[in-house]
This record gives sequence, structure tokens and C-alpha cells, in this order.
Amino acid sequence: MAVCIAVIAKENYPLYIRSVPTQNELKFHYTVHTSLDVVEEKISAVGKSLGDQRELYLGLLYPTEDYKVYGYVTNSKVKFVIVVDSSNTSLRDNEIRSMFRKLHNSFTDVMCNPFHNPGDSIQSKAFDGIVSGMMVQTG
Amino acid sequence: MEQESGAASTGTFIPLNEHEQRYYSGLHGLCQADTSGKLSSGKVAELFKASQLPPESLHKVTEVCGAKRLGYFGTPQFYVALKLLAAAQSGLPVRLESVTANLPLPRFVGLKNEPEMRYPAVPPGIDTQGAQCGSAPTSVSWTPADRSTFRHLEANVDKKEPWSPPRSPCNSPPGSPLTYRSYQYSKQRNGVDSQITYESKHSSRPIVQLEQHSSPSNYGTKPTVEQQAMARASSVERLDQQGLVDYTDDDPWRITEEQLEYYTNQFKTLQPDLGALILGAVAKNFFTKSKLPIPELSHIWELSDVDRDGALTFSEFCTAFHLIVARKNGYPLPESLPPTLRPGFMQSEEDIPDTPENAEPLIVFEDTEPRPSQMDRGIIERLQPGLTIITQDMKEESSKQDASVQRAGTQEKQALQLGAFPERPEPPQDLDPQMRTKTRPRSYSSTSIEDAMKKAEEPPTPPPRPQKTHSRASSLDLNKLFQQGAPGVKSGWLLPPPALPPRPSTSQVSHFINVSEVPPQNKVKQPNFADFSHFREEEESSVKPEEQSPRSRFGPGTEDPTNQSKQDAIGSSHGQAPQKPVRRKYHPESQNLETPPPPAVSFPPAAKATQKLLSKQKREIQMAIRKNKETNAVLTRLNSELQQQLKVVHQERVTLESQLEILRPLAST
Repeated sequence: MAVCIAVIAKENYPLYIRSVPTQNELKFHYTVHTSLDVVEEKISAVGKSLGDQRELYLGLLYPTEDYKVYGYVTNSKVKFVIVVDSSNTSLRDNEIRSMFRKLHNSFTDVMCNPFHNPGDSIQSKAFDGIVSGMMVQTG
Repeated sequence: MEQESGAASTGTFIPLNEHEQRYYSGLHGLCQADTSGKLSSGKVAELFKASQLPPESLHKVTEVCGAKRLGYFGTPQFYVALKLLAAAQSGLPVRLESVTANLPLPRFVGLKNEPEMRYPAVPPGIDTQGAQCGSAPTSVSWTPADRSTFRHLEANVDKKEPWSPPRSPCNSPPGSPLTYRSYQYSKQRNGVDSQITYESKHSSRPIVQLEQHSSPSNYGTKPTVEQQAMARASSVERLDQQGLVDYTDDDPWRITEEQLEYYTNQFKTLQPDLGALILGAVAKNFFTKSKLPIPELSHIWELSDVDRDGALTFSEFCTAFHLIVARKNGYPLPESLPPTLRPGFMQSEEDIPDTPENAEPLIVFEDTEPRPSQMDRGIIERLQPGLTIITQDMKEESSKQDASVQRAGTQEKQALQLGAFPERPEPPQDLDPQMRTKTRPRSYSSTSIEDAMKKAEEPPTPPPRPQKTHSRASSLDLNKLFQQGAPGVKSGWLLPPPALPPRPSTSQVSHFINVSEVPPQNKVKQPNFADFSHFREEEESSVKPEEQSPRSRFGPGTEDPTNQSKQDAIGSSHGQAPQKPVRRKYHPESQNLETPPPPAVSFPPAAKATQKLLSKQKREIQMAIRKNKETNAVLTRLNSELQQQLKVVHQERVTLESQLEILRPLAST
């Protein structure tokens, strides 16, 4: 279960960021922001290879003592970042992948909505629902 | 049992004597309780109206008996309500305490299947009511008028006295929607208001009598008033006035036949093929006209685009439209799609037998007594389009009847014409068969597309040029067509260079067009047919008045200008129009072969249209040829450059290898 989920646009500004509210949210924002550097690095590294299909799932970006940060980039350079509690070690890679897949699908649905302009922050209730499902259930 | 149920609902012990028990159980059976114990609200509504009490009393009865709170009439509520009706008819105030009194049986006039109604069990003091019973047969004919009376009264009452108790869903919105609506209605209903106010001054019975006499005139005035109102509003706003809905928990989210028809018309203005999809961008433009805030529209889209493909099928479109209408009338958007609005439900709803549909308006009226204001307006509004449609159908019946029979897409019109009698129950019934047959047009269109593709498969190059002429944003179905048959459809009338077959096909089509000019009938099919061919020309303004007439059949006459403007916009700005005529042309071809009387259209414009068509096709083909040649040149240049680079790289490789070989002996040592 994620502690913080963020969707970052191509220009590296957040389209959607949501964290478990009990804690200092600013810390998560900072974590996500720093993870962007890692994401960029991974993208550019993969881009050198001639394969035109880059792996969307970036895997563990970097671990801190408290959290693990996973990244996922779409083909349109929209980045998904999931911050997971380190104590929750039972989360396997596949589960993280499936979380990203769900996020990506939900994001696509939001994009398909003609009333949504790309670049606007995401205000879809369906998307919120998906994210809530993934967040840690506190209390 | 009745006593217990009475106790259950009100907490007081309601004495029912033998007569009452028998009578009430009879009425209960009359109201067709379903398995859950809820009574058919339509039947209850009929019953209440037949009691000939003023609407305020009926509302009070519903409120007191607890049905308003529950949203339906359970058995206990029903019995309490009957008791209260009896009390009200005896002149007692409608209170829970009244039910304990020893009351006469409630009197109902004009019930279609009266149980023990005529049976005496009559306590004294009901002479007038007894007289009504005696006149029950005649009163049956009044019931349609009764309903209209009560509805109008309701609307008027609720407009003037928004005593409608707070509905749980929206307490605050009623303020603004009411004002919004009353503003709109004040313009619409000025003519009708006078009649309503006149009627409301009298007691219910004289009103009924008046209504009966004046009902024909009402029908006459209402449509005209409605038409004027239509002229002012945009299509979506018009829909608000027209009629939406009942807003209980499930009923508000149920689309009635009239609404469905309206949605169908709107769908057709955007996308004539009922089986095809409306693009997201198109839908966005359309729904933005409703002036709802974008986040709400976004939410509505999320709810209604069930298959998440970024486009709306017909049922999805109806759902979205319905939600918009509901929202405009002040109802909060649901978090998830109500079951009655699911596309699957829509399909099955079309097969619902007639009587529930007939009872639909009554259901609305009754169940939403607690939340009457918008609903009653909704009822009236729903009535209005039916009336307008009927009147307009009657006007155009003579010219359109034959055409409508043939055209699949106009089966609704046909049914409307069949039902073009000033009886409101009729149109809903007739709409049902149309709805069932609506699925057929989809198969037609798909087969015509396949025909079109088969007929022109050769052309290899997808002509990008043609897209300029039909510049509508790529619709999904067109994209599929391009991928599958690609140039197939377009080449059908574009005549790509190598393909001979398309040529004869278009000439065939033009031939058919000329042939079709002969019989002056079946104009209905032609309008769509002619629409797009004329749109392609974008010059024939003469066609548009013709298009008006079939279009007006659907909605109020004044809808046409907006429809036309939409069509114009569509024709000029979107490229899909030209594709449609291809399909339709092929379709009428086959149809013409099958059915002797070919569709007809305005003859001289059609002839000119085809000639201009051919010349335009030639022009486009030539442009396409030119573009292809250009791309060819570019590609060959690119090819030669790449070849050069390849040679260079080869040479480098050779030199490197030779160097390696030279160095290798040195490295090994």
C-alpha cells in the first residue's frame, strides 16, 4: 500500500499528488521532487539504446531509510511516482507494477475525457477512487 | 393485517371496519403491488387523482402517510393514505388523527378497473361523490384531462407556492433552479398561465369540467407557446424546459420515451448513424452549450462513457444528456451511474410494455409529490414535446407518410404519425415499437459501410487531401474504416486513380439520384441523403429548407435553425458528412433495387449536385495525385541520400576492418 502517489507532467510539474494525510505531507512532496531527478536520469539512459520501446516501469528509484520510491514513465513523458513505506516489505515488484498499471489505465481514462485539458490538474473522481484504493488505509 | 400495517406506519392504531378492509384490499390489489410490497406508483397516482381532491390535499396525504418519506407506497402507507383521502373528502383536515375517525370510504372517480367502488358501503354524506360514481363511465374520458389538469395545477401551485418540503437530496439547489426555471417558464407559460390560474380558482370538479372543454384549446396553445420557447433556447437548454424528469432516487434517473426521442434527435444532429459513436471533441462542444461548469461535465462524462473509449455510443449519449438535464434541474450528480441509466438498462427499457410507460408520467407525479416542483414541471414539459411532436406530425403527415414507412431511421416519425392523435398516452406506446426497431438502423449502416468498402478496395494510397474537405476530427469509426478499407470509403466517391469500379459506382449513385428524383415520395430518406451531398457542395442553401421539414418533425419547428446551423457547421467544418452520403448512397442503392419506389429528393438540386460532385471529385483526385507525386519525390530523394550514407558507412567499415587485420598480428605478438 502506498504512502504517497504522484502524477507529474512532462514539464515536471505535478498533475496530481496525494499522500496519506496523517504525516507531514511536505516531506512527501520533497521526496517526489527529488525522485524526479532519478527518473530523468533513467529515461535519458534508456534513450541512448536503439530500442524504441522503453520499459515503462522504472522500478525502485531510490530507497531512503523510511521509504522506497518507485517510478513509472509513460510514452508521453508523464511520470507516476509511488512512495511506499519501507516497513511494508511484503510488497513485491509485481504488485507495484500492477499498481502502476492501474494508475496508467485510470490516467488514460482521465485523458480520454474531452472535458479534461491535458496539463490541467486531475480532478476526476474515478481517478481519486483508484488512488484511494491504493493508499494505506490508516485508522 | 390492515390494522397492523396501519399501526406500523403511523404508530397509531387505525381502526378499519369490514367495509374498509374489503375496499382497501381491493384497491390495494388494484394498485398492483409488486413483490417487495411497494405499490405501483402509477396506479396509486391514478387513484389519488380519481379521488378528485385538490392537489395540495394529495400532497399532504402522501406526506402524512409516510410515502413521501419512504419514496414509495408500501401497504401501510397505502392504507393510511386511503384513510386520509376519505378524511379529506369528508372535509376533515388531513392529519394522522383524522384516520382514527369513523370515516366513509374514499371515493374515486374514473378508475379504470374499479373494485368495489360502486358498491354501496356508503356512509351518508357522500351524495355528490355518489353522483360522481354514477357518472364514472363518463369520467373515464375525463381522466386524460384530469391528469393534465392536475399536472398543470401542480406546476402552477408549485411555482407559486414552493411549499414543496425539502427534498433530501438538494435543499440548496432548489432555490436557484426554481428561479432559473421559473424565469424560463414565465416566458413559456404566459399563455398557459392564465388558463391555469383561472382553473385553480375553482374547486377541483369544476376545474375538471372546464379542463375537458378547454383541453383541445390547451393542446393548441401549449404547443405554440412551447415552440416560441424553443426558438429562444439552445438545444440543451431547450431540453431542460422540455422535460426532464422525475427525480426520485431511481425514477429521476429513468429516461422517458419522450426524452429518449429527444436525445435521439440530438444524437442524430451530431451523428446521423445511431450505431456509430460521437467523438469526444464533438460531444464536448455539444455539451458545453449546456453551460454547466467544466468539472461537472467532466464528471458526467466519466459516468456516462462506460466503455472508456473517449467517444459516446447512443446509449452513452442518452445517459450523458440525461445527467446533464438532471443537473440543470438542480439534482446533484450521482457518484456512480444509477442503474436505470446504464446503457444496458436503456436497451431493455425499450422493450418495457406499454402500460408502465403510460403510467410513467403519473408515477413521476405521484412519487415525487414530496419533491414536486421540478418534477411537475418535468411532467408538463414532457407532455409538451409530445404535444408539439403530435401537432407537427399532423402537419407533415401528408407529405411524409410514405417516406417514413420506408426509412428505418424514421420509424420514430412513423410511429408518431401513427400516434398523431391528441391523446397523450398514445405516443409513448407508439414510441416503444420504434425503440425496438431502432436497433435495426445500426445493422443497415454497418452493411452499407461494408458495401462501400468492398466496392472500392484498390486504391492503395490513403489520400490525405480528401481529409481537407471533410475536415471533421477523426471519428473513431472513420478511423477504423480507414484502417480497414482505408481509402475504401473515401475512394468510393473520390475515385482514386487506378480504381475503375468506384467510378461506375458513383455514376450509379448519381444515376440513382437522378432516378430517385422521379417519384416525389419518400422524402424522408432523402433528406439525410441529400443533406450530405449538399453539404459536400456547401452551396445548396435551397436544400436546407427541405431538410427543415423532416427535421421539424422531431422537435419543435424552431429547433431547425439551430439544427441547421449545426448541420452547416458539421458540413463545412467536419469531414464526416461526405462519408455518410457514401454509405447512404450505397444503402439506397441496395434499397432501391429492392423496393421499387426509390427515395426522392429535390430534383434539380440533386442533379446539379451530382455533376458538381463529379467535378469536385476529379479536382480532389488530381490534388491527391499531385500530393502523392510530391511525396514520392521526397521519398526517393531521401532514399538516395540514405543510400549514399550507407555507402559511406560501408567504406568506413571496410577501412576499419582492414586496419584491424593489420593490427591483429601486432596485438597477438
